[in-house]
Amino acid sequence: MSKKLGVRSEEYKVKSTAFKGLAKWFETHKPKGKWAWLGSTYEAFHTFAFTPNRVTRRGSHVRDAIDLKRAMIMVVIALVPAMLFGMWNIGYQTSLHATDWPYELGSVASWWYCLWFGFLRMLPMLAVSYIVGLGIEFTFAQIRHHEVNEGFLVTGFIIPMIVPVTTPLWQLALATAFAVIIGKEVFGGTGMNFLNPALVARAFLFFAYPTRMSGDNVWVAADLWGTDAITSATPLAELAAGVHPSASALDMLIGTIPGSTCETSVIAVALGATLLLITGIASWRIMLSVILGGGLMGLLFNAIGANEYMQVPFYYHYLMGGFMFGAVFMATDPVTAAQTNTGKWIYGLLIGIFAVMLRVINPAYPEGMMLSILLMNCFAPLIDHCVVARNIKMRQHRALKLSKTVKS
Amino acid sequence: MANLKKLIIEPLRKTNPVTVLVLGICSCLAVTAQLKPALVMGLSVTVVTALSNFIISLLRKGIPNRIRIIVQLVVVATLVILIDQFLKAFAYDVSKQLSVYVGLIITNCIIMGRLEAFALSHGPGESFLDGLGNGLGYSLILVIVAFFRELFGSGTLLGYQVIPQSFYEAGYQNNGLMILPPMALIVVGVIIWIQRTRNPEMQENNQN
Repeated sequence: MSKKLGVRSEEYKVKSTAFKGLAKWFETHKPKGKWAWLGSTYEAFHTFAFTPNRVTRRGSHVRDAIDLKRAMIMVVIALVPAMLFGMWNIGYQTSLHATDWPYELGSVASWWYCLWFGFLRMLPMLAVSYIVGLGIEFTFAQIRHHEVNEGFLVTGFIIPMIVPVTTPLWQLALATAFAVIIGKEVFGGTGMNFLNPALVARAFLFFAYPTRMSGDNVWVAADLWGTDAITSATPLAELAAGVHPSASALDMLIGTIPGSTCETSVIAVALGATLLLITGIASWRIMLSVILGGGLMGLLFNAIGANEYMQVPFYYHYLMGGFMFGAVFMATDPVTAAQTNTGKWIYGLLIGIFAVMLRVINPAYPEGMMLSILLMNCFAPLIDHCVVARNIKMRQHRALKLSKTVKS
Repeated sequence: MANLKKLIIEPLRKTNPVTVLVLGICSCLAVTAQLKPALVMGLSVTVVTALSNFIISLLRKGIPNRIRIIVQLVVVATLVILIDQFLKAFAYDVSKQLSVYVGLIITNCIIMGRLEAFALSHGPGESFLDGLGNGLGYSLILVIVAFFRELFGSGTLLGYQVIPQSFYEAGYQNNGLMILPPMALIVVGVIIWIQRTRNPEMQENNQN
């Protein structure tokens, strides 16, 4: 990749396009002279609007219409069902408890107002996450003379989806900054990080401000503004306290339960998963093996059955908390997951196993999914190393055997 | 003279025992949750490195090479026990907070490192200054890390409330992660990052 700024964008030609005006604008506003240092910022927006028409002509490269930007946008589209449902659920949860809900419960007006309420709660969180995260990404790209990478498009979308709705915005901003700088930029930016940045943000919040991230007092917003909450326990918290979840399995499947903003609905997550699997962006091996691992561990606990948490049917673990969201959108992050196919199976199985184990055995960490994915992120390179080393050894063995038979 | 000055100044910057040689990290994580124990710890280590460097340098010609580590350990252990007793007598609270970490100064790599690398081959005066400089370099990092950890983790400095009550009423919260040891490691990492960015000659060349 050339270090000179703006080289890639010089190759664009204004072709007959529906956005001719926009293309012209980009042509005439190329930064030069004293604005030349803004090259990577300019290029980021230019490649966002237009696909480069230059392709590699020689050598064995994959020539594909999809690039990093389009792959990332596909993940964002896959996240939209969960986001929309999450918005509605924010309003719905408040409507169940609030005393001054303006519409009659169950009416069409109330239904729409739930969505509007949730939209207004989510919007500032999304804005904060994107402004802080992209601000840092652009600054780093400018200082290092890199092109601005697209990795944050998804991270910035996910961060507000996996925190409680009442998280104060300044804490969200701090967590985003921490995740982008310590989780990603110090390792060299997009593609170099070994931990999932969105989960780093959540882990930061979880350990830095535990009273804002767990307990019964954070999951349901009391009103449209502010950080006050209505007391309401999540199924995970109820089980950690030794009580069978009050919500039915169907409610948990649909997602009308308190929880982090957009992770509650298994159906909405499944819609996104379908898109990711059809387009081949996420690995089916990881998704399947996480689910298998969680199920296996759940069945094992069922067999022990020492307390209420161990006795819940194993499939409850899929329905509660962020298990499915993690399995579909976080564990499959192509940068931090294992790269080899065998490695993916091991990686996924262990995520599922650890997630359920942490949930059931350690009540101090009600949501085991976050910690188990972060843990396996650390081990993914080791798993890959072992898989590759084993493969080399096997082939060596085979070659030796073959040479022996040829000799004799 | 300029050379002697360098012995004290350099360990504060380009040969810092914590950020450049990456020694003494363990105690750096353990005692930096608050500023006061960090200050006392830094002071104790400075005294031990300076004096042990001085004593070993005096004895260097008489120590048989094969048992030099044992002799060094005896000297360091004696000094550490003196420090421990001194703290127990005059600063009992801090001594309690530091608990085993005062005793563990014996195992601090910086002390052994300086004895092996410097005191055995230099005169007592130079060795004393070298020990002093390295001890101060260690203390400097300890104090910086403890400053940030106590300020953001507890909202206090040296035990006094620094962040005003009105902040808390406006929704500010202390950062619990700052109290946990991992954050000390991250703060040390950030210091190393800043130091290397400002001194490009310290970065290793990876293009080989």
